[in-house]
Amino acid sequence: MSDALSSLADAVPLLRVTEREARTWRRFWRTYALSGVLVPLLFLGALGLGLGGLVDENRSSVEGFEYLVFVAPGIMAATALQAAAGDTLWPVMVNMKWMRGFHAAAATSLSPAEVYGGYLVWVGLRIAMNAAMFLTVAALLGGVPSPWGVLAVPFATLGGLAFASPLAAYSAAQDSDVSFPIVFRLVVVPMFLFSGTFFPVSQLPDGLEPVARLTPLWHAVELCRGATTGTLGLVEAVVHVAVLAAFVAAGAWFGVRTFRERLAP
Amino acid sequence: MPESPSPTSPTAGPTAGDGAGGELDGTTLVRAKALTKRFGDFVAVDGVDFGVRRGEVFGFLGPNGAGKTTVMRMIACVSPVTDGDLSVLGMDPRHQGSEIRSRLGVVPQDDNLDTELTVWDNLVIYGRYFGLPLRVIRERAAELLAFARLDDRRDSRVDPLSGGMKRRLTIARSLINSPELVLLDEPTTGLDPQARHLLWERLYRLKREGVTLVLTTHYMDEAEQLCDRLVIMDQGRIVAEGSPRQLIERYCTREVVELRFDTPEEQDAALPRLAGLDERVEPVADRVLVYTAQGDETVARLGPAGVHADSVLVRRGSLEDVFLHLTGRTLDE
Repeated sequence: MSDALSSLADAVPLLRVTEREARTWRRFWRTYALSGVLVPLLFLGALGLGLGGLVDENRSSVEGFEYLVFVAPGIMAATALQAAAGDTLWPVMVNMKWMRGFHAAAATSLSPAEVYGGYLVWVGLRIAMNAAMFLTVAALLGGVPSPWGVLAVPFATLGGLAFASPLAAYSAAQDSDVSFPIVFRLVVVPMFLFSGTFFPVSQLPDGLEPVARLTPLWHAVELCRGATTGTLGLVEAVVHVAVLAAFVAAGAWFGVRTFRERLAP
Repeated sequence: MPESPSPTSPTAGPTAGDGAGGELDGTTLVRAKALTKRFGDFVAVDGVDFGVRRGEVFGFLGPNGAGKTTVMRMIACVSPVTDGDLSVLGMDPRHQGSEIRSRLGVVPQDDNLDTELTVWDNLVIYGRYFGLPLRVIRERAAELLAFARLDDRRDSRVDPLSGGMKRRLTIARSLINSPELVLLDEPTTGLDPQARHLLWERLYRLKREGVTLVLTTHYMDEAEQLCDRLVIMDQGRIVAEGSPRQLIERYCTREVVELRFDTPEEQDAALPRLAGLDERVEPVADRVLVYTAQGDETVARLGPAGVHADSVLVRRGSLEDVFLHLTGRTLDE
């Protein structure tokens, strides 16, 4: 993959940062590939089949679907969010402060904005690879009834980036990692649990439902679920994509600013 | 140049003076006029003027916090100029930062290598940042490993390398784009004497090949060894400029007698008697310096003057003395 990236990166400088991440990744790809298969197996095994068995026995369906079919796209979008957080908290701190890899890149012809952009492209690629593996495992287990399901890969990726782009900016602005576990506990985990991942947001207490609808994850889950079940309407899709794109754009604006302040003060 | 990088290659682009600067005469690679950097209310660099000529080793000598690193960062186009003029390779860092950086080599104060990766991969990745073709990078990386004396470490991870090896790798990495100008921020800080000498020797070699070097240091021996010309910085200003020899001749004497006393009280008591020697006398924390043209002659006059020091050392005047004279402080204060 890094060689294919190389030729693209000749024309688009920010991809040279992506290429560096790919070259680093290549050394450990077996571990990543293994976790890419194991994560969906564990989640779908425990929740889709284990818990799903109970749900289906008692209620026969959730929003008209077998529980595995309902929950698979939810978990797919949610693991994309988790991967986004995993790649934009500590790794950004490492590159910005601890090992200063971003500073090394910014001393070359690359600009701080290109360093930020190139890193974000890498995060997107990683999420897309994981989402593709997730979708494959889910389909093999019978959790993806519609061929439109392939769209869930770009949708999950966009959802992950909607979170990664502001979070990378946030991490770059921090002087230490003290707040990172709090971000995980108070932002990532609640979103993971309550954004329509495991049950419809209509089940939430009245005041909380609109809050859940504001999170990027809810939009990503709606898109992924609409794709894998083949029920996504065009207008709906456009609105969700637009909201997620707005998250990415706002995060990128903030990201370019913070990277510039950090790398070229 | 059998095993070394060529200072100018087709990728290095045109020579200085071809750019937008206009005022440059083709031999000046960096020119600063009233260059200023402020962070909020804090003035880090306070209106400095200097010029770096092609092929020379130019140094910024001064204590920590003097503003050396900030000047270097402005030259490296990773810190915007607040005020004044700066031109690098005939271009304006404000608008041509990326073009300038593509022709610079930068060795930062703290190594920022990819420690999880191999020595080789570090060079490849850095070369790719400049968009160099892999074929060119491979050729050049092999030359640079030989130059940095790291051939046998090509496939080892960076993490276990010694401090001196990491520094040499950082320098090799900075040369991957065949830069005309290499900026080294505190190149030997934290290295043991042997590693420092090997590094100096490698830097000499670069200089011989025509690469222009700009370095900062707070070691006066390093400045004396390496620099053709240097400026002394203190509190954001340049307080003196010249070759090491010129500076010593201008601000110091040929020799210096260092006197150490058993107690601070004895040192204080000796000062009025030393005044009678009719030489410049400078008391510092743990010793007294007497500036003189003839050290031995001065030592011979100590006894008759009633000065009995615990130890007496005659040495040549140095940049440290120049700094002390100009600022009233020693470099490590």
